[in-house]
Amino acid sequence: MSTVGIRTRPRARARRRVPAALLLPALIGLAFLTLPLVGLLIRAPWTDMPARLAEPEVLAALRLSLVTATAATALSLVLGVPIAWLLARSDFPGRRVVRALITVPLVLPPVVGGVALLLVFGRNGIVGSWLDETFGITIPFTSAAVVLAMTFVSMPFLIVSVEGALRGANEGYEEAAATLGADRWTVFWRVTLPMIAPGVAAGAVLCWARALGEFGATITFAGNFPGRTQTMPLAVYLALQSDLEAAIVLSLILLTVSVVVLASLRERWTAAP
Amino acid sequence: MNAGQQSEPDRRPGSEVRETDSGTPPGLDTHLVVERGEFRLDLRLRVAAGETVALLGPNGAGKSTALRALAGLESLSDGFVALDGRELDRVASRRGGEPGRAQWVPPERRRIGVVFQDYLLFPHLNALDNVAFGPRRQGLRRAAARARAAGWLDRVGLGDMGDRRPKQLSGGQAQRVALARALATNPALLLLDEPLAALDARTRLDTRAELHRHLTGHTGAAIVVTHDPVDALMLADRLVVIEDGRAVQEGDAESITARPRTDYVARLVGLNLYRGRAEGHRVALDGDLTLTVADPLDGPAFAAFAPSAVALFLKRPDGSPRNTWRATVSGIHRHGDNLRVQLEGPLRAAADVTPAAVAQLRLEPGQQVWAAVKASEIRAYPT
Amino acid sequence: MRTATARTSLAALGCAALALSACTAGADADDGASQTTLSVFAAASLTESFEEIGADFETEHEGVTVEFNFAGSSTLASQINQGAPADVFASADEANMDTVVESGSAENAETFALNQLVIAVPEGNPGGVTGLGDLQGLKVAACAPEVPCGTTAQAVIDAAGGQVTPATYEADVRATLAKLTLGEVDAALVYRTDTLAAADEVDGIEFDEASKAVNAYPIAALTNAPNADLAREFTEYVHSDAAQSVLSGAGFEQP
Repeated sequence: MSTVGIRTRPRARARRRVPAALLLPALIGLAFLTLPLVGLLIRAPWTDMPARLAEPEVLAALRLSLVTATAATALSLVLGVPIAWLLARSDFPGRRVVRALITVPLVLPPVVGGVALLLVFGRNGIVGSWLDETFGITIPFTSAAVVLAMTFVSMPFLIVSVEGALRGANEGYEEAAATLGADRWTVFWRVTLPMIAPGVAAGAVLCWARALGEFGATITFAGNFPGRTQTMPLAVYLALQSDLEAAIVLSLILLTVSVVVLASLRERWTAAP
Repeated sequence: MNAGQQSEPDRRPGSEVRETDSGTPPGLDTHLVVERGEFRLDLRLRVAAGETVALLGPNGAGKSTALRALAGLESLSDGFVALDGRELDRVASRRGGEPGRAQWVPPERRRIGVVFQDYLLFPHLNALDNVAFGPRRQGLRRAAARARAAGWLDRVGLGDMGDRRPKQLSGGQAQRVALARALATNPALLLLDEPLAALDARTRLDTRAELHRHLTGHTGAAIVVTHDPVDALMLADRLVVIEDGRAVQEGDAESITARPRTDYVARLVGLNLYRGRAEGHRVALDGDLTLTVADPLDGPAFAAFAPSAVALFLKRPDGSPRNTWRATVSGIHRHGDNLRVQLEGPLRAAADVTPAAVAQLRLEPGQQVWAAVKASEIRAYPT
Repeated sequence: MRTATARTSLAALGCAALALSACTAGADADDGASQTTLSVFAAASLTESFEEIGADFETEHEGVTVEFNFAGSSTLASQINQGAPADVFASADEANMDTVVESGSAENAETFALNQLVIAVPEGNPGGVTGLGDLQGLKVAACAPEVPCGTTAQAVIDAAGGQVTPATYEADVRATLAKLTLGEVDAALVYRTDTLAAADEVDGIEFDEASKAVNAYPIAALTNAPNADLAREFTEYVHSDAAQSVLSGAGFEQP
């Protein structure tokens, strides 16, 4: 109990041979994950790439994807971190049920998620009809609907990883902060959150990536309108209906942009594990 | 005493500290009752402002529980906590039902500073901002809080370490930052949980001396929780020994070392202690043995003597009136410059002998010896 | 030792995979021995009518089983062009049939049915829609221009002067209709056949401009068909009176 975790020396680890029982499946798994990408790269009509990138529809879809995925991540942070805190730090009846409910969007086919969102936020939905009658607001077919669809599908990723980080964090620090005069909100904001920042960042990255690739719930709930609700995955899917090569080019653009964004964020925000 | 150490006025806005009109002496007044399954802590404690009390006891005695209950990190089953006349915690007496909370001040408004055993310096803040954390919460602006923190780091001798992260500090430095962090809030009560336990022997010596200096300078009350009697004797004005959740002995260093009241305390202070019945100069112990003592006494009594007062012989010694008995050596350990010999027999006792004597007597476990203690070396006092 | 264990388990995995494929192959072989299977790739909008036509065709041809692969025409076209073992291709538009013909997978496509757009509205037509002009200010769903029904919808809207802007361009005609049945839009531009299939929920309003862009459904026996003769017989059967009456029952028009 009296261990003082203040000095951790990097341990010099002896280089040992990786056991074949781990190496072989790892290599096979790696090949399985990367070969489809290689397939895309081989089929890609590289010469078309600059022309495609210059198309206003492609740029609009790319821009919309980045903006909405970022907004969905922000919304997930604002709503998801408090949920994770409640799950990890407080003891309320039905906590297990809540935790199970949170994983629902993970197992629900996104298209079904989209229908479910329509039933709630649609024009005739429980909340949607009220919004329509009271404020004249309709959500489907707007960029806000895209953000909602993405948030619905991707927030669980954030919650799960933030809750894990909270459970791993030493609550002693929070007690120490309290004895120094910090109320619970200050403790959370000034101590808990900074300490679990790597976990929050990892969760946000997962969340953003999932939001960026979101298709099923988006096309069902938000529809498809260029510049307003047509994100890159929707553009890719529709391109696939008429022009396989265009679809490949769009996929690669989405892939490249997301990899560049994630790599630069990783350098800046998260310490490489 | 450090000049000006406590001269900073308490600038905490809306400070809830009120000296009571009735003239309650400033300091801590508490009765802690915490029940956790089989374990029950029941501790009545008063600590005057400016006084340092050590809670001394073996592991599991309830010292840390007491400390956490005072800080408001653990809830009371019964009793109260009052600091400088202000009630922080009180459980209404039970009448058949669950204990109700009559008064409850959360940890952040108790004005109780804590130095945790593993320091718990915030890893994401440097030393300066760790110390400035408390003053910031008291409403000081960032610059003012940092200035106060810098002053405290100076006082603990770490003025040039402000920009270090906790990871980059040695154990002793981290301990001093933790102390500065707790003191920077100007607490009315300072709690230290095993403040030196995590340090190596060398660092411990320096840090203990410095900690003593700061405790002397602290105008509020202070409680040091420790299982190390040396820390307790060095740091505190008064000792409270806890065993199984209860105070078994209380007093200053002198009275406790001179007159231990339990085996645990006797072992702590290095005395052989026995319970018996005195009649004049003779104390009949609970076993068969009767000891001859210098001070005449009647009634239930303790008899105590230091291990260094015990002499060992291969044959029964004769001559001056001594207490002698036959004993079996059960263990020999190094103890300072001497060797400590554990004896079994009618009296379980420890004897300190020189290495030369051990060599001469060729002592080894299992060996039969004669033990002798002069009557003048045995202290007898009523229970 | 460790390596040996890994190899053994890996080998077991390989065997399992082999066994699986062997199993599938065996099942195919059994089917082929007792019956001739005709593989028809048909546009999703033909699902109901072609299943009925297929059943009739089976009763007329002893020992023949008709297997359908219903999907979007463009998906089917690329599957055929990638070498899928199909006998017949029935497309919902000429463009996708053209790509199949161009790639040499088919010759002599013939149009066997026409489909026309209608304005689908909630049952009872609460908005009193009579034509494209009434759609201004309403929320309208249409197919995306990348799919056949969207191409047609765009042509119809352009013909009407381009005054209607859909709120959403859906990926296929069923999704377009679903937006209407879920109540998210007031009207949807879909095929007449689709409104008939969902007649208890929606009404189809015919409008003049629809005739400006009629969807032609071509069918062709494929050049690499495993059952070339049977494929030709099937395409001929689709033109028969019996089959044509099934199609008109579903809302298609004769070419």
